[in-house]
Amino acid sequence: MAHFTKATSVKDWLNQRLAVETVEKVMASEYWIPKNINFLWAMGMILAVTFTLLTISGIFLLMYYQPHVDHAFYSVNFTIMREVDFGWLWRHIHGVAASVVFLVIYIHMFTGIYYGSYKKGREMIWISGMLLFVTFSAEAFSGYMLPWGQMSYWAGMVITNIFSLGSLHLDGLVEWIRGDYVPAQAFLNRFFMLHVFLLPLVIMGLIGLHFAALRIPHVNNQDGEEIDFEEESKKYLADDTKNSKVMRFANDFLSKDLMVVGFFLIFFFYLVFWHYSFALDPVNFDPADGLKTPAHIYPEWYFLWSYEILRPFPVDIGLIAFGFAQVIFMLLPWLDRSENTVPANRRGKFAIWFWVMLVDMVVLTAMGKLPPEGIFSTIGLVASLLFIAMWIILPFITKNEKKA
Amino acid sequence: MKENSRRGFMGKAFGAVAGLGAIGSLVAMKKSWDPLPSVKAAGFTTLDMSIYPEGEMITEKWRGKPIFVLKKTAEMLEAEKSDPAAQARNIKVGNDNFMVCIGLCTHLGCIPAFRKKEGNFLCACHGGMFNAAGDVIKAPPPRGFDIPPFRIDGNKMILGEVGPEYQAMKDNGVTL
Repeated sequence: MAHFTKATSVKDWLNQRLAVETVEKVMASEYWIPKNINFLWAMGMILAVTFTLLTISGIFLLMYYQPHVDHAFYSVNFTIMREVDFGWLWRHIHGVAASVVFLVIYIHMFTGIYYGSYKKGREMIWISGMLLFVTFSAEAFSGYMLPWGQMSYWAGMVITNIFSLGSLHLDGLVEWIRGDYVPAQAFLNRFFMLHVFLLPLVIMGLIGLHFAALRIPHVNNQDGEEIDFEEESKKYLADDTKNSKVMRFANDFLSKDLMVVGFFLIFFFYLVFWHYSFALDPVNFDPADGLKTPAHIYPEWYFLWSYEILRPFPVDIGLIAFGFAQVIFMLLPWLDRSENTVPANRRGKFAIWFWVMLVDMVVLTAMGKLPPEGIFSTIGLVASLLFIAMWIILPFITKNEKKA
Repeated sequence: MKENSRRGFMGKAFGAVAGLGAIGSLVAMKKSWDPLPSVKAAGFTTLDMSIYPEGEMITEKWRGKPIFVLKKTAEMLEAEKSDPAAQARNIKVGNDNFMVCIGLCTHLGCIPAFRKKEGNFLCACHGGMFNAAGDVIKAPPPRGFDIPPFRIDGNKMILGEVGPEYQAMKDNGVTL
C-alpha cells in the first residue's frame, strides 16, 4: 500500500488520494496555450458552454415531456409551455441553443480550415471534431422529432426514406429503423432514447477525445508558428512570462475565453428572450398528421446546404452527392497536399478556394430554403456542382503550393 | 514457452466465447428493432369496394400511409384507351375499374393532391404530377405511385396480402 501521511489540509487529504494537484496541472495551470491567438479560438469554450446549457435545459424539459404519439405534442406545447412554471424558458433555451450551436460549430470549423489547424499532427483533432459534428447532427435530428409536430413527422418520414438508398429500394431497412411502416410509437420512443441518452453519451465521449487530441500537438496559432512548448513553458515557469510564447490555460487564457463567452451569452439570451421564434418552425405547431403533408418540407437552416446538394439531382445521383458532402470534410487533412500550416491569406490559391467554398455553402443554404423552381433550381444545381468540383481540385491546387 | 502457449490458448478460447456472445447480442439487438408483432398484425386493411362513388378520390389509411382509391368513370377509361401503361395499372373488382395506390409521391414521400377538374395529381412540394392511373406525367418522381399488396375477395379488397392480381402486376413491373 502506498504511504499516507496525516493530512495538513482538505486539499492535501484529497491530493494523497486523488492526485488533484497533478490533475490541476494537466487540465489548467500547466496546460499551455500560445499567446498569438484571437477570439476565434474561444469558439471551443463557447461550444462547451452551449452544450452545458443544452444538457441542463434538456433535463428540465425531460421531466414533463411524454414520449407518446398521442401526448408528445401537447406535453411540449401545452404542459411545458403553459403549465410548467418557467417551462417556456427551458424550451426557448433548448431550441435556441440547438440552432446557435451549429452556427458556432461552423465558425469553429471554418476557423480551423482558414488557419490550417487540421494539418501535420493535428489530424486527430480534425477527425474527432468532424465526428462530433456528425453526432451533433444526429442529436439535432432526433430532438427535432420529439415535439411530434407536422415537420417532425415529415422530416422523420423523408430522412428515414433516404435509407432505402434510392434505386436499391431497401424498404425493409427503412421499416426496421422505424420499427413500423411509418414513423409511429416505436420510432418516437427510439429517437427519444437516442436523443436523451445514447447520443449525448457518445458526444461526451467524443468531447473527451477531442480535448485529449489537443494535448500533444497543442493548439495551433494565428501565424501557424511551430512553437517549442517544452522550452516556452520552462521560460514561463521561470517567471519570464514576457518572453515566453505561451501562457497557462487557467487562469490566464481562461480570462480571455470567458470574456468572449460573456459576449456570446448576452447575444444568446437576447435571442432566447426576444427572438426565440427563429428556432421554432411554424409548421411544427400543427400536430403530426400522416395523411396530410405540409406544402413545403425543408430542414432547419444548418442542414440546408447538404439538403440542397441532394435536391437538384435525380434520386441516385442526389444520394451519392449527399453522401459525398457528408464525408468529404473528414478527408480534408489528406486532400490538402500542402505542407504549409499558415493562415489562408498567405497560401495563394488556397485562399481563393477557402472563400469560394464559404460563399458556395452560403448560397447552397439560401437555395435550400427557397422553393426549387426556375432560377433557384438552376443556381442550386450550379452551386452543388461547384461544391463537388472544389473538393476534386483541392489536391491539385495545394500540391504545388510554394513554401510560405 | 510453455506458459506462453498456455496463455495464448486461454486468450484464443476467451476470444471465441466473447465473439459468440457478441454475435448473439447483435442478433438480439437487430431483432429488438424489428416491427412488433402487434404492428405487423395491424398491417392489414379491408376495403369494401362497392361503396365508392365514381370519379371521386377517396383517401383510406393502411399501415399509417394514405391509400388513394379512385373508381374510374367511363370517360377516364375512354381516355386511357391509347395508354397501355395506364390500363395495366387498373384493378378490376367485379365490373368496376379502380386505381388503388399508396398516396405518397415516389420522389420524397409527400402526399400529392387530386385535382378533380384536370383529373390528375399534383405534388406541391417539388411539382411532380401523376395521371388518374397513378403514372408519372411530370418529373421529378422516378416512377408512378406504388401499388400496395392486395388480394381481391368478391367485393372486398384486402390490403397487405398478396393476391394473384397483385403478383402479376409485380411480375410485369407495373409496380415495385
